[in-house]
Amino acid sequence: MGALLWYVFLGSLWRRRLATSLSLLAIALGVALGLAVQLIHTAALDEFGRGLRLISGEADLQVVGSQSGFDDALYPLLAQRPEVAEASPILEMEARLPDRATTLRILGIDLFRAARLTPSLLPLGEGRSGEATPDQAAPTARGDVRLEALQPDALFLSPAAATQLALASGATLRVQVGTREVALRLAGAVPAAGVGQVLAVMDIAAAQQTFERIGRLSRIDLRLAPGVDAGRARRALSALLPPGVSLRTPADAQSEVQNLSRAYRVNLTMLAAIALMTGGFLVFSAQWLAVVRRRQEFALLRALGLDRAGLRRGLLAEGALLGLVGGLIGVALAHGLTALAFRLIGGDLGAGYFRGLAPQLQWEPGLMFGYLALGLGAGLAGAWLPAREAARLIPARGLRAGDEAEAYQAPPRWGLTLGLLGLAALSCLLPPLDGLPLGGYLAVALILVGAVLALPGLTPWAMRPLAGGRAILTRLARARLAAAPGQAVVAGAGVVASVALAVSMAIMVSSFRDSLDDWLTQMLPADLYLRAAAAGTSGYLEPEWVERVARLPGVTAVRPVRFENLRIGAGGEAIALIARHVTDRAGLPLVAGSTMPAPGPGTEPPAWISEAVADRLGLGVADPLPLPLGQAVQTFRVAGIWRDYARQQGAVVIELETFQRLTGDRRVNDLGLFLTAGTDPAGVMSAIRDLLGATMSEMILPGELRTMILGVFDRTFLVTYLMEAVAVMIGLFGISTSFAALATSRRKELGILRHLGLMRRQIGTLLATEAALTAAVGVVIGLVAGAAIAWILIEVINRQSFHWSMDMQWPLGVLLVFSLAMILLAALAARLSGRQAMRQDAVLAVREDW
Amino acid sequence: MLAIDNLSKRFDASREQALFERVSLRLAPGESVAIMGESGVGKSTFLNCIAGLEPVDGGRIQLRDRELTVLDEDAFARLRRRDYGFVFQAFHLLPHLTLAQNVALPLWLLEQDEASADGRARALLERVGLAHRADDWPRHLSGGEMQRVAIARALVHEPALVLCDEPTGNLDPARALGVLELLFEGIRTTGAIGILVTHSRLAAAYAHRILRLTPLGLIEEPGGA
Repeated sequence: MGALLWYVFLGSLWRRRLATSLSLLAIALGVALGLAVQLIHTAALDEFGRGLRLISGEADLQVVGSQSGFDDALYPLLAQRPEVAEASPILEMEARLPDRATTLRILGIDLFRAARLTPSLLPLGEGRSGEATPDQAAPTARGDVRLEALQPDALFLSPAAATQLALASGATLRVQVGTREVALRLAGAVPAAGVGQVLAVMDIAAAQQTFERIGRLSRIDLRLAPGVDAGRARRALSALLPPGVSLRTPADAQSEVQNLSRAYRVNLTMLAAIALMTGGFLVFSAQWLAVVRRRQEFALLRALGLDRAGLRRGLLAEGALLGLVGGLIGVALAHGLTALAFRLIGGDLGAGYFRGLAPQLQWEPGLMFGYLALGLGAGLAGAWLPAREAARLIPARGLRAGDEAEAYQAPPRWGLTLGLLGLAALSCLLPPLDGLPLGGYLAVALILVGAVLALPGLTPWAMRPLAGGRAILTRLARARLAAAPGQAVVAGAGVVASVALAVSMAIMVSSFRDSLDDWLTQMLPADLYLRAAAAGTSGYLEPEWVERVARLPGVTAVRPVRFENLRIGAGGEAIALIARHVTDRAGLPLVAGSTMPAPGPGTEPPAWISEAVADRLGLGVADPLPLPLGQAVQTFRVAGIWRDYARQQGAVVIELETFQRLTGDRRVNDLGLFLTAGTDPAGVMSAIRDLLGATMSEMILPGELRTMILGVFDRTFLVTYLMEAVAVMIGLFGISTSFAALATSRRKELGILRHLGLMRRQIGTLLATEAALTAAVGVVIGLVAGAAIAWILIEVINRQSFHWSMDMQWPLGVLLVFSLAMILLAALAARLSGRQAMRQDAVLAVREDW
Repeated sequence: MLAIDNLSKRFDASREQALFERVSLRLAPGESVAIMGESGVGKSTFLNCIAGLEPVDGGRIQLRDRELTVLDEDAFARLRRRDYGFVFQAFHLLPHLTLAQNVALPLWLLEQDEASADGRARALLERVGLAHRADDWPRHLSGGEMQRVAIARALVHEPALVLCDEPTGNLDPARALGVLELLFEGIRTTGAIGILVTHSRLAAAYAHRILRLTPLGLIEEPGGA
């Protein structure tokens, strides 16, 4: 059926170009966004994995500890073990670059050990003072390089770092140590580091000295002796490790980051899936309308001998072509988007898991075909029901000049609707599967489908109160909708889906933003914040500096904060430790427990855990929590659970005093300053700059910090916003085209009404009334479904993905305006297209007899 | 040979009351018959039953000794594709296909290649006097011209049976005559069996025999060619 397929079926897509392009656009967008998210993350994860392989080289096992590291006495102990063939000690830090407001990852390595385990980290010297010409830039003899690299101020940059910092060999790089500046000399490159890795290498002894970490290591790479059983070696070596230090394989590290970023990635992918679903709905609406308009054509084809299966195949081919072309456009678009994203923002989609990587766009045929198949699936799924409906058509009836209303029969599907909603409720109760809220996503999909299926049942019921109306137009509109509820399904499906998605996102985002705002208010009670360096970097404040800041005029109190990273539990999972004052006026956004713990039976110090820690470790208030601090494990008692939007891996707050007592470490990262009434923060800021030096610290007012954080929030949700906005826009266009097509398909009916004496204007009003009523029913159902989906997003999906709780907020004004706009738009679209339909002579439309 | 024996059809709603019953008819190739009768007596339904577009409630229909009432829907569809031609009162041309493509439609369904289908369609358009408009669109035609295209479509695949439902119902008498000439000439030259349902005596007179459909069967009427 080549010519038939081409001219009758596929050609029909071309004849209704507007509807076709909208369906294509929706599918292309869903595919593009989904695939781009995957491509970006795959490339970022690959680059991250490459980085891990680069810095772990041929190591079988790695010894890792907390951020402040562990005693380097562990190194000789492990190196002498019979299970260990090679051991290479590493000190790793995130060095703050004071004049660049950025950080650089510096690895201190033992050059002789690293040559055997991580050869790609070996530096290549380029002469001593940068006078080297390109001719002389050839590598000097290896021995010379090692001597060169042993110089205490010699630093070697990876190619990506050299590009990013725009520094050549011989230049000087200033790094911050505590509140001091130290100048390091760029002595060459780390050429084997690969194009995507931003890092620097220096001698480990020099690093320990430069960064005041004498006697500390952050990692030891181990290669096991040949023939040694890895599992047994791991158990034997683990027994030697002090608390808070654990053994892992290089693969564990990769899966840690992979797991952390996975929920975010899955969330974005699900949003893309929802965009794709909107595409499917549009294909459905467009195909259904096309089938209704082509009833007589199909009846004729059936009479001429086309069988049901042939008709269904032809119509499915239309959907498949839409899906395939949309998918192809989407795949092309995805590669463009990914390339653009890499150029503009690097490999990070906003959640911050892959900062500092410069990944390259890769060709992923598997992913590509997968998404192409999804596009095809959306097209086919949308075309499925209309094709079935068309195949059911009785040709003898279709050939008679008839009323299209017959094609819009849609029996109420209460059983199915309630069944789906019940299933949705049950899916919400499912625990996360492998850390992913699959039950929640299933519930969202079920609610969307259930809401659309509620239309045929609810429409006639909603029309009942209008029965008493005496205006002829209202009565006609009501009669039509009550008699042909299928029309409401076709036009209303898009309304319900768009409204539900827009409403749920509006509620979720506004709840999240409000909760974040509240959270910031509680987390930032001070008047001014001073930060030596971001957590985990080389800058910090010594106690005497804290004292001196506290003595500045206008400062009534200082609240120091210390950040640490700990590894806890059997798996050595990383969590953030925040040591600060809790039991006084500095608040904590608690969801359970209290800041003033009741004196318990034991003498354990209190700890306040974030919701993520509570979920991950299954802890509640009053449970014991062992933490490796200092040289021992100290058991804390959980005094409260707090809301933390900042650290998805989990955070524990303890009293600063407890931390200092257990570790003897009195340095801090942040200071919250309380000022006397009437003191100008700007004056205090300049006094601090005079005290510490202009570039050694960052100061920020809580208002600015809040603006900055909310800015980050908005950026993080930007991808989400964009996706939703586009989905809703396409939905709106789809609705307008649906109403336009409906009006066109009823030309004859409208012609009869004109014969009976209705004026053109009245026909327009009739169409607008019908559209407004249909849209109103759709909007109301969409609002209810949207609220339910928002609840699932907040209470199930976010809770299970990110361990975040938030308070539900109803942006009623926005919702009201949005709902009215949808109804008006539908009425307007119907009225405008009605004018188009009325352009044909009404008499002709009736005579035409079909 | 088309043989219809004791065909009966009941109303859709009440299965009790018969629309028509005991309808029997025998037609040889090249033979044509006009079926007349009051409105609502079931003339179009009778045609639909012969075409397998509506189920029958009793009796048998045989075409070339093949029993048709036992065919399932798809088998009947394949049979129509090969052996049936249709002419409707409302023409039913597809507005987005050219005249040549409309005529070629039955050949497309028979999976003939496009070029030979096109050649054959143009030959048929030549016979109905519309060759010069083969690439035009149906919307530019008058009613009479549309029906001539529909006749070309009904004959293009040389069917065994041509079913016509009020083919001149939408045409003025002058055009109706031209269309009927073409139709019956076509039926004769292809050796098909022609069944024409009509209210018009004038149209009926072109058929070999005229029959009147009543609830109790077919009654022979005088007249006919």
